[in-house]
Amino acid sequence: MNDTADISAAVTRAPGAPVACWSCAGPVAPEALFCATCRVVQPPRAIDHFARLGVPRGFAVDTRALEARYFALQRQLHPDRFATRGPREKAISQSQAVSLNDAYEALKAPLGRAAYLLALAGQGIDDERTIRDPDLLVEQMERRETLDEARDAAGVETCIGAAVADAMSIEAELAAAFGADDLVAARRATLRLRYLQKLIDEARARHARLLGEG
Amino acid sequence: MLLDIYEPGETPLPHEGDRGIAVGIDLGTTNSVVAVARDGTVEVLRDTQGRALLPSVVAYGDDVAVGHDARAALLDRPESVVASIKRLMGRGAEDLKALAGVLPYEFGPPAEGGMARLAIGGRLLTPVEISADILRALAQRARTAIGRDIDRAVITVPAYFDDAARTATRDAARLAGLEVLRLVNEPTAAALAYGLDKGVEGLYAVYDLGGGTFDFSLLRLETGVFQVLATGGDAALGGDDIDHIVAERMLAERRMAGIGAPVDARLAKSALALARLAKECLSAQDDWAGTLDMDGAPSRHTLTRAAFEILIDPLVERSLRICRQVLADAGIAPAELAGCVLVGGSTRVPLVRHRLAAFLGRPPLSDIDPDEVVAVGAALQAEALTAGSDTLLLDVTPLSLGIETMGGIVEKIIDRNTPIPVARAQEFTTYEDGQSAMTIHVLQGEREMVDQCRSLARFVLDGIPPMVAGAARIRVSFAVDADGLLTVAAEERMTGKQARVEVRPSYGLNEDEMARMLRDSLDNAEDDMVVRLLAEAKVEARRTLNAVRAALAADGELLDDAERGTIEALAAAVEATLSGRDRAAVAAAAESLEAGTKIFAERRMDRGIRAALAGRSIDRLGI
Repeated sequence: MNDTADISAAVTRAPGAPVACWSCAGPVAPEALFCATCRVVQPPRAIDHFARLGVPRGFAVDTRALEARYFALQRQLHPDRFATRGPREKAISQSQAVSLNDAYEALKAPLGRAAYLLALAGQGIDDERTIRDPDLLVEQMERRETLDEARDAAGVETCIGAAVADAMSIEAELAAAFGADDLVAARRATLRLRYLQKLIDEARARHARLLGEG
Repeated sequence: MLLDIYEPGETPLPHEGDRGIAVGIDLGTTNSVVAVARDGTVEVLRDTQGRALLPSVVAYGDDVAVGHDARAALLDRPESVVASIKRLMGRGAEDLKALAGVLPYEFGPPAEGGMARLAIGGRLLTPVEISADILRALAQRARTAIGRDIDRAVITVPAYFDDAARTATRDAARLAGLEVLRLVNEPTAAALAYGLDKGVEGLYAVYDLGGGTFDFSLLRLETGVFQVLATGGDAALGGDDIDHIVAERMLAERRMAGIGAPVDARLAKSALALARLAKECLSAQDDWAGTLDMDGAPSRHTLTRAAFEILIDPLVERSLRICRQVLADAGIAPAELAGCVLVGGSTRVPLVRHRLAAFLGRPPLSDIDPDEVVAVGAALQAEALTAGSDTLLLDVTPLSLGIETMGGIVEKIIDRNTPIPVARAQEFTTYEDGQSAMTIHVLQGEREMVDQCRSLARFVLDGIPPMVAGAARIRVSFAVDADGLLTVAAEERMTGKQARVEVRPSYGLNEDEMARMLRDSLDNAEDDMVVRLLAEAKVEARRTLNAVRAALAADGELLDDAERGTIEALAAAVEATLSGRDRAAVAAAAESLEAGTKIFAERRMDRGIRAALAGRSIDRLGI
C-alpha cells in the first residue's frame, strides 16, 4: 500500500482531491454535500462564506439570488431533514446548518459583507473599538446630539430617515471602493456604516419606547 | 469526472415507515391539543364526546385524572387538583418565592437540585411530572384515535420559553414515553398552519396570547419557507392574568361585604374558576353576574364589559409594548405587514382584537380556530420530519445568551433573534497569576447585569496550568440546536484541557432523578433507555449496511469473489441482528462489517485519488 500513501501525500494539498466519506469510506469530492456513492451527508468543509453559498466573492451580490441559494441549501441540510436519522448524521447536519447560517448572516447585509471582505483581506474591523478618524468622530457626535434632542416619536423618525438615507449613500461608496479594489476607502466607509447602523438600531428602539409611552 | 461514473440509483434509505406516525402536541397552559397529519391533511384528535381541547388540569386521588374530569374536581377538592402547571416549567423553588400567595399552589420542599415541587393530594410532584401526566393523556387519546402505538411527537413551546423551560418540556415528554422529534415555537407552528392551509405569503406577525404566555413573532412566508425574523414575548403574561385580576376584584368585594372566611387556596381556586366564566361570558355579552359560594357563604358579583376592559387594559398594553419592540428589532413598520394571525384562546377577548387592530391598522386574521391552530402546525411539522417535506422552517433564539465576566456584567455570546442552529465561541482569560480554575456562569436575557438575567448553569473549568494573569486562552463555545436547546463547552487552548456540559438548569432534573422518575412512572418506562439505545444502534447499523451495499454496487469490481463473499457474509450478519433486541450484538456486527471493509475502502480511495490526479494532469495540459 506504499504507493497509495505516496499518491495521497502528493495530492492532499491539491484542491479537488477526493476525501474519504465518513460513512462508506470511499472517495467523495471535497465540495460535495452528500456522498455520491452512499448518499450520506458530509461535514462542512473549511471554505469561505461566498464559496459556501455558491456566489462570486465581492461586495456586489444579488441578494435575492443569495437568499434563494441559502434556502435551497438549508432545504437539503437543515436538521429537520435528519430528524429520524442516527446521532452522527444529525450532528453533521447541525454543523452544516450552523455553517450556512453563519455564511448567510455574514453576507446578507452590506455592512456584514463589507466587514467580511475586509477580514478576508486581512483588514478586519473587529478590533477597531474607538473612533480614530476625526471627521467620523465629529459626524457621530452631531448625529447623537440630534437624536438626543428629538423629544417625540416624530423627531426620532426624522433622525432615522436621515441616517438611513446616509447609509444608502455609504453603501454606494462601498460598492465603488470594492469595485476599484481601494481597501483604504472601503475600510473607512465600512467603519462609518457600522456606527451609523448602531445609531439606527438605537433610534429604532427609542422610537418603539416613545410610541409605547404615548 | 470518473468519480461521477456511478449513478447512485436505488440505494435503499433507512426505512422509517415501520416506526409509525408522529403526532403534534400543543401543551398549553389552560388546554392541550393533539393532532395528526397524514398526506398533508390534519386531523385534530377528539375525545369520545367530540372535544378537541383537553384541559391542562390534573387531579391526584387514588388514581390520576386529566382534563375535564380533573377540572370538575377543581371545585370539589381543590387541594388535590393542579392547573396551569406550564407556568412553573423550568422554574426553581427560589424563583417561586416571589410568587407565593399569588399562585394557587402549595409548595413542598424542593427536589434535589432546587426544582420546585408541589404538594398535591398528599404527593410531592415536580412540574415535569405533572406535565408528563398531561402528555400521557394526550398520547393515550392519540393511540385510541389512530389505533396504533404513538411514541414520537413534535411538541410546541412558547417562543419566549427560556432554556430551562424547554429542557423541562423535553424531560416531561421523555417521562411520558414520547421521543421529542422537535420542539417547535408556538407562533411558528401557527404560521405553518396558516401558510400551508391558506397559502398566505409576505410578512406576517403572529400574536399569541395563551393561558399563561405571550409571544409575538414576525415571519416571512414564501412558498415553502417559513422564516422567523424576530420574536419576543413574556413567559408570564396570559389569560390566567386576566382571570387573576377579575378574581382579585371579586375577593376584594367579598371582603368589603364581610362575607365568609379569609382567602385560602380553595377560595382562590373557586374565584379563579368563576373569573374565567366571567371573562368568557364578557367576550360575547355586555354584562355578567355570578355567585361565589364557599362553605355556604355566597357572594354576588357583577361586571360590565366596559369595567372589565378597564381592568385588563394594562395587560393588553403590556403585550402591545412587546409588539412594538419586536417590530423595531426587525426594522419593520406595522404598515409593511401583510397580516397578523391570532393564536390562543385569550385572543377571543374583544379588547385584545380592538387594540391590536388599532395598532396594526387592520383587523387580525383568525380563520383557523385559535385554540387548535398551534396543534395543527405541530402535526404538519411532525409529518414533515418523519415522512419528508419540501417545507423549510427557519427559527431564531428568543433571548440573548452569554456568560458572566468581571464585575457581574454579562458578556453576550449569542444575540437574540439569531437564526438557529447556531454555534459561537469567545475567548476569555484568567485575571490572577497562577489561577487554576475558572467558573463559567451561563446566563440568558437582555439586561447587562448578571442579577437581572436568568441563570442557566454554572460549571468549573479546572486544571488550568499555572500562568501569569491574562496568558491563558479559555475558549467558551455556545451551541443552540434546532430545538433551541443550548450546549456550552469550555477549553483551555494552551493545554487542551476541556470541560463540556449540556446546560441543564441549576434546578433542573439530573440524570439520577430522571432515572428514578422513569422507574416510578406507570408505563414500563424502566426500559425506556434500553429501547432508545437499541433503536439508536439499529439506525447506525442500518446506515453502515447501506453504505457498504452502495459501495459494493458502485465499486464491487475492486474485489475478487472471495473478498466479496466475506463482506456479504458480514453484511448478512448485521442484517440478522436488526430483527433482534440485542444492542451489543447489533453494535458488534456493525463494527465487524466496518473493519471487514477496510481494504475495500482503501482500494476505493486509491482509485478515486488516481482519477482526480489524472483529471488534474489533463487540466494542466489544457486538454
